[in-house]
Amino acid sequence: MFEFLISPFTEFSFMQRALVGCIAISLSSAPIGVFLMLRRMSLTGDAMAHAILPGAAVGFLIAGLSIEAMTIGGIVAGCTVAVLSGMVSRITEVAEDASMAAFYLISLAVGVLIISTNGSQVDLLHVLFGSALALNDEALYLLGGICCLTLFTLASVFRPLVLECMDRLFLQSVSGLSPVAHFSFLVLVVINLVGGFNALGTLMSVGMMILPSAAARYWVKSLDLLLVLSCFLAIFSCYVGLLLSYHVAWPTGPAIILILGGLYVLSFSVGTNGSILRYLSKPKHLSA
Amino acid sequence: MILSCENLTLGYESHPAVHHLNFEIEQGALLALVGPNGAGKSTLLKGLMGQVSPLEGCINLELERSDIAYLPQQSHVDRDFPISVQEMVAMGAWRHTGAFGRLRSRHKRQVSSALNQLGLAGFEKRMISTLSGGQMQRVLFARLLVQEADMILLDEPFTGVDSRTSHDLLHLISTWSEQGKTIIAVLHDLEQVKNHFPQSLLLSRESIAFGNTEDVLTEENWLKARQLNEAFDEHAGHCATH
Repeated sequence: MFEFLISPFTEFSFMQRALVGCIAISLSSAPIGVFLMLRRMSLTGDAMAHAILPGAAVGFLIAGLSIEAMTIGGIVAGCTVAVLSGMVSRITEVAEDASMAAFYLISLAVGVLIISTNGSQVDLLHVLFGSALALNDEALYLLGGICCLTLFTLASVFRPLVLECMDRLFLQSVSGLSPVAHFSFLVLVVINLVGGFNALGTLMSVGMMILPSAAARYWVKSLDLLLVLSCFLAIFSCYVGLLLSYHVAWPTGPAIILILGGLYVLSFSVGTNGSILRYLSKPKHLSA
Repeated sequence: MILSCENLTLGYESHPAVHHLNFEIEQGALLALVGPNGAGKSTLLKGLMGQVSPLEGCINLELERSDIAYLPQQSHVDRDFPISVQEMVAMGAWRHTGAFGRLRSRHKRQVSSALNQLGLAGFEKRMISTLSGGQMQRVLFARLLVQEADMILLDEPFTGVDSRTSHDLLHLISTWSEQGKTIIAVLHDLEQVKNHFPQSLLLSRESIAFGNTEDVLTEENWLKARQLNEAFDEHAGHCATH
């Protein structure tokens, strides 16, 4: 059993690096996903993942497979889309999902155009699907840095962010921090997606945000427990996904996301909070 | 004079929700904002809170905006958000804690006392998603209590609330008024207004009448308000009154 569960991580440094990198992504992406879900913006993560593509592509064109260049490019493209769509929706009073959809589609089209006219499909595959088992020092520093920055920023804007999600008019009546909370949150979404693409690829990194919180919601009710359980589910899935990747030779990104997907199916089937099982079991009602 | 509006026009994208308002109120006033739907009542409250900027004219306040508490319509609050009653009410202490400050024992006592006053003792740990409409309104009033503001703006505070809860909340509003707080409330129940609010402002995209409630709420004024409540017109020309 030890051989199967532990030894891959004690014997091979590439597995240790992959585990450390994935834990860093879990600790930063899962809490972001909780707030995305509570703001009913789960699909925004997916949109933003597409939006960072042209930046990563330009970074690749300028500097090849350089993490710094692709990361900076991705962050610039993602933040541009986030800020533009946020500004357009606030100024013109068009709902944010519509402006976000418009900008991410423009951004995606530009990205595909850049890649298809200048790169190759192999490069695109790297951006889309990542390579968790080949994380170098630079990538680990980046993931660690993003994790620290995310947790620090979330802790700093936690109270305004909760109010921004739940009761924006109240927040606006007591403080001018509403736009600060909104935009710093969107920037965190972008940098986590960009950070995640090294290990999991842009599309898979969205799963690391959304699936843990979606599953956790079926087990716990309070915000603090949601945050903790989401992180735990994300880390657990990374561990199991890496093991599968090692033993069965599955690609790492899809393995991790499929484990998360399995946990989500399990949660909505038998979870303690509004699952199908609870619906079917129809327990006797309480007295009050 | 704690509040005065001079030729105040508020609206969105150059379309006035309410225009050319002139009125002033003293500290301790208990003012009802009445009028048909779409008359500009909620927009006026948002203007007083600084959430909607004047298209014309100005608002003069003899107090800081942080001294104003605002109760939005309940539909603006996300009732599914996983937060407890106690945490929700504690948000009222923002003025003292800000975004980062710790909730001190004094604030916790305030929260506890506000919950007791609103008949919500024992509800501290309940999630707001499990509350009825009336209970939720009591929670929002408890938050107002903790805010300790000198001016309180209430947007349709009794919508979807049963008569017992309305009675309790009206009693609390009277207590605030006796303490010298200034109250401005958007209301639809004219009997409530006549019985509890000495002053009224009848709006219909402009001021129809302002003053003592019995002088404002006449048949003649209501008829005028209904006639004047012209619809939003995409092709409206410039307003002739300045």
